[in-house]
Amino acid sequence: MSSPTSSAEVYQGPPHVHHMDPVTAYGAAKLGMWLFLATEILLFAGLFVAFAIYRWMYLGEFHDASLNLNWKLGTFNTIVLLISSYFAAVAVDAAQHADNKKVSRCLMITIACGAIFLVVKYIEYSAKYQHGLFPQFGGPNGIEFERYKSYFGLYYCMTGLHGLHVILGMGLLFWALRKAQKNRFSAAYYTPVEIGALYWHLVDLIWIYLFPLLYLVG
Amino acid sequence: MSQHSSHTTGSTHDHGDHLECGHILPMRVYRLVLGALLVLTFITVLFSEKAGVFHFGNGALVVAMLVASAKAILVALFFMHLKYENPLTWLYAAFPIILIGFFLGGIFIDNPFRIDPKTMQPMLYESKTTNAPPAGEAHH
Repeated sequence: MSSPTSSAEVYQGPPHVHHMDPVTAYGAAKLGMWLFLATEILLFAGLFVAFAIYRWMYLGEFHDASLNLNWKLGTFNTIVLLISSYFAAVAVDAAQHADNKKVSRCLMITIACGAIFLVVKYIEYSAKYQHGLFPQFGGPNGIEFERYKSYFGLYYCMTGLHGLHVILGMGLLFWALRKAQKNRFSAAYYTPVEIGALYWHLVDLIWIYLFPLLYLVG
Repeated sequence: MSQHSSHTTGSTHDHGDHLECGHILPMRVYRLVLGALLVLTFITVLFSEKAGVFHFGNGALVVAMLVASAKAILVALFFMHLKYENPLTWLYAAFPIILIGFFLGGIFIDNPFRIDPKTMQPMLYESKTTNAPPAGEAHH
């Protein structure tokens, strides 16, 4: 078996992939990822439904509480995530064309966008903390917070879980990036880029709904 | 493969068509989708209650969710290549959406008829906004 990086033979994936033909292996991996993404959507669905119920019950409080969020930072983060998703899609395209250098470049930009997103989220969280808006009773203006707690409980659950997904997605893309640096990808095999990008797009999809719900409508 | 010796026009097709796994889109599609996503983000901010210039009141939520759904469909169809996937993948993508539909639909049917067992009042509470003090404190 020649080394994966040799130009004579196209790398067709890790050893276990050779138990089936590459197209079947690729299709199975992608279908499995879609099934996993479906369970991820259902995980967030519970939170969205909870948000719908509590917003119905405490419409005025939700409106007031949402005024504490900085919509400019939210819009900035939305644009950052959309651009990161674009570069994830371009990375898959580059892998399909066996351009491993471009794959690395695009994935680096995507991961950097994820990092920018998290830094902005950290700035937002610390501003909330300083204003006493955190999920605990009796903050600096604890009485005010009593009325806001259902909103901010959901805010921290939803954005926190989403932030966790951003971190996991960055790890997944970093794994694909390391493979791209070893020249692993070609039209015959690019499953890690495809899988990583699918996960990243899901992270973007969830934020697409979180942003207007939390920041704009309230 | 027997076709391997025949002349192919593109240099990337040297390992035969059976290894072409996914769908390759022209780069223009990705740029157009990104442009559309950014324009839709601009629209959703423009029509929002807090930051926007057009105010619809309760319609703002409907506008925001419609725009978000348009963005989600664009990301799924083109960035995630769902448009070119097989029916089984479409099923996997559709079933959580359908379940959420049932879930939210049930909530919206149920909510208007909910009674708080403590007060025997509808669960839709009077808003205690900062501008309008709670009803109990209005006389102080």
